[in-house]
Amino acid sequence: MTSAEIAVDIEGVIKRYGSFTALHGVSLGICENEFFTLLGPSGCGKTTLLRCIAGFEEVSGGTIRLKGEDITGLPPHKRPVNTVFQQYALFPHMTVAENVMFGMLRSGWSKSDAAQRANQVLEMVQLGGYAARKPAQLSGGQQQRVALARALAPRPAVLLLDEPLSALDLKLRQAVRVELKSLQRETGIAFIFVTHDQEEALTMSDRIAVMSDGEVQQIGSPPEIYESPVNRFVADFIGETNLLDVDVHAVSDGMATLSLPGGHGFSCPAAAVRGAGKGHLSVRPERIALCPAGSGDLDATVTGRVYLGTDIQLHVRLTDDEAMTVRLQNSETTIVPEEGAAVGLKLEVGAARLLAD
Amino acid sequence: MAAKTDLRRFPGFLTLTIICLVVLYAPLIVVAVYSFNASTSITKWGGISLAWYIDVFTGPEAPKFQQAAINSMVIAVTAAIAATIIATLAAVAMTRAGRFRGKTLSFALISLPLMVPEVVTAVASLVFFTAIGFTSGLTTILIAHIVFCIPFAYLPISARMQSIPDMYEQAAMDLYATPREAFKLVLLPLMTPGILSGFLLAFIISLDDFLITNFVKGAGVETLPTAIFGSVKQGIKPNIMAISTLMLIVSVIFVSLSWLIGRTGQNKNQET
Amino acid sequence: MAAGATTSGGTVSNIYKGNSAKLMLPAWAMVGFFLLAPVMMMVVYSFLTKEFRGGVIWDFTLAAYDQFFFDRGLFGDEPPSIEWTYIGIFWRSIWQAGVATIACLLIGFPTAWFIATRRPSTRSAWLFMITIPYWVNLLIRTVSMKFLIRDTGPLNEFLLWTGTVSEPLGLINTNFAVQLGLFYSYLPFMVLPIYAAVERYDFSLSEAAADLYSSIWTTLWLVILPVVKPGIVAGCILVFVPSLGAFLAPDLLGGAKTFMIGSLIEEQFKGSAGNWPFGAAASTILLSIVMAVLLIYARNQNKGSER
Repeated sequence: MTSAEIAVDIEGVIKRYGSFTALHGVSLGICENEFFTLLGPSGCGKTTLLRCIAGFEEVSGGTIRLKGEDITGLPPHKRPVNTVFQQYALFPHMTVAENVMFGMLRSGWSKSDAAQRANQVLEMVQLGGYAARKPAQLSGGQQQRVALARALAPRPAVLLLDEPLSALDLKLRQAVRVELKSLQRETGIAFIFVTHDQEEALTMSDRIAVMSDGEVQQIGSPPEIYESPVNRFVADFIGETNLLDVDVHAVSDGMATLSLPGGHGFSCPAAAVRGAGKGHLSVRPERIALCPAGSGDLDATVTGRVYLGTDIQLHVRLTDDEAMTVRLQNSETTIVPEEGAAVGLKLEVGAARLLAD
Repeated sequence: MAAKTDLRRFPGFLTLTIICLVVLYAPLIVVAVYSFNASTSITKWGGISLAWYIDVFTGPEAPKFQQAAINSMVIAVTAAIAATIIATLAAVAMTRAGRFRGKTLSFALISLPLMVPEVVTAVASLVFFTAIGFTSGLTTILIAHIVFCIPFAYLPISARMQSIPDMYEQAAMDLYATPREAFKLVLLPLMTPGILSGFLLAFIISLDDFLITNFVKGAGVETLPTAIFGSVKQGIKPNIMAISTLMLIVSVIFVSLSWLIGRTGQNKNQET
Repeated sequence: MAAGATTSGGTVSNIYKGNSAKLMLPAWAMVGFFLLAPVMMMVVYSFLTKEFRGGVIWDFTLAAYDQFFFDRGLFGDEPPSIEWTYIGIFWRSIWQAGVATIACLLIGFPTAWFIATRRPSTRSAWLFMITIPYWVNLLIRTVSMKFLIRDTGPLNEFLLWTGTVSEPLGLINTNFAVQLGLFYSYLPFMVLPIYAAVERYDFSLSEAAADLYSSIWTTLWLVILPVVKPGIVAGCILVFVPSLGAFLAPDLLGGAKTFMIGSLIEEQFKGSAGNWPFGAAASTILLSIVMAVLLIYARNQNKGSER
């Protein structure tokens, strides 16, 4: 990605509240026309970072550049970014149309231009006939769309979304995910999306920044994040994984040579360059195949079976007492071993990963 | 569900509540009823008549009461407006400005008129005006009223502001409104029910005041309460009861208005 | 009136913070000049000499306090002895206010409880009914009470007519009348804070107590009252303090034998028999007592919230 394509450039942003540091020097670049997600557990700093971009928090250090221009010191009303708030923040005393036109009127658009654009945006979110209603008369899903329309109407350079789906029920959430994604494609502006829901992040994003404790752990596309996690946090936070204690012998050319529990040798991609010694191997449960005991990479005993409808989840215990999970597809051809049976596990080389920590 | 209600019910509490209400309303109802008494004797019932109400407006004491009523109204409106403006500004600072130097002190200051006993305020005001040579009259009454109306106006305004999260102002600024525009176009409209409530409260408080007014008014001026008191000192006459009933009705109307306005504002805000 | 509870900090509060001085200025000016300064002036006056026809001569002296506490003068020829008259008046006022507070508590608590346990839809109607009388002019309410209970008033008329008593009850001009007047004046001040506290009360506590074999009265005493105590204390303060310095109830409903602080002070400033420094001294003493009570209350509040 060349720098010309970068919409928001965040460099070394630090945010302190008294003695507590919420952001420890975060750097990342968000590209034009990209659906970018900040993902992490609550308290990781993702919302703080979003508020710094919007201008509601003053950074304690670092810079934020929007299309090359330094906006770090600007108050929120001077930044060409708009926010969809978690609780929508629709002005209760104004109609839907007045809400949507608000940003444009404050920026100097003429009333007729603003009205025209407002109608256009309301059509875009499928609320064409609702202009005269008040927010109190709308359902949660409708309010959210008004919030979207209001934020998009002034044609911001970047749209910020602060967990906008968290107040919606499941079915609605899934429908809105699809709508948001297509909206981003349609408008062509960068969306910065904050969520703690990793499934949401995986399904909607072009790229994800996984955050924890005020630091970025990894940035990448959903497949990259899922299949090539860099450290234990990312591997564990996204989806399910097995973390095995291994003995690393060497790492070269991105491949690691190591010994698995039980002594078997193994080779797989490494997330980072590191020396010999103890390490952690990440293997997703669905990337393990069963084979007769003794003929695989690991030997294990089945300790439990869980029926999940689409999959069968198998709990196994290794010779060194570590527990692992294996996912088998629930199909006619799958042979599911009994509890107590001895099995062998074959790890998919490309899917296993030696983590950086 | 039945078990839950039982735990909340204490035998005898309903009776006490009824007693409470009876005690609160009995004197007022009795006065209201007797104000329609046709007989001139205070206590013997002589049938229904509006004679005393007519006397209030046209009788020998009418001019005195009318002037007093006008004085009361003028002072109440002016004091309420001034107190409401001052209280609004203070409420904005106290609820929106986070922690600033002197905040606790400011809060104590606004509450001060409520904490000082009324008679002390009365004495202090009289002493002060005399000491600086301010002639007693409408102005002294007005100034004293503004001061003790401030906390009463402040209470509903502050309560209202606290129930408005600042996310609306943030949204406004996110949409390019300057801080002043955010205040004028978003916060102020949302605060209006509270401001109106505060104004009505301050108005009634000013209208009803007796003790402080009595101390600082000087000889020539009367407000409605002081005029009534002066008259009562000479004995309770039926026209007093008529005036009392009238004031009762005015108070009830104003308080109901204040309460209703407060509620509609709350409902509007809650639904988002 | 907890302040600042809704700001999420950041640039919004920064904007207002910069202007906080300008915003608070009018309030500071009004209350500072016209309440704080007058009160200080009043305290100064208590140390001045009385002018013959009201007002003061700017001669500093302790004469006012002297007159209050001692009968023969601290600096006279004979050894001073305590003047009990005025102290007695203060003491009686404290006692009257105390009785009124207890009466308000005994009736106000059940009322507040009852209202708070109504269905939400009817609750505000009950509250409204309780507070309406408060908003009627205190003078009018007191006059109404006087009209009702005096010897030739409707109450006695009714009792005589039904034969319940053979002569009027003689309620007016008694301590009881004053206490009734105070109770009547400030009852809603007891009900509202208790109501607020009961509304926040978590009823699962009562359920837990019942589950553990406690009767409703034991639960009331051991569980509910301690939890609701802050509301009760607030209500007591809100009744006691105004009752202490009340003027209208003692003046209209009481007589010579029920003289209270409010009347004592008022007397000093009316007409030519007044003694301004003495009145100012009595006011200062009253103010000190009230401030002491409020300070103790505030300190207890802080101690509670520090946990």
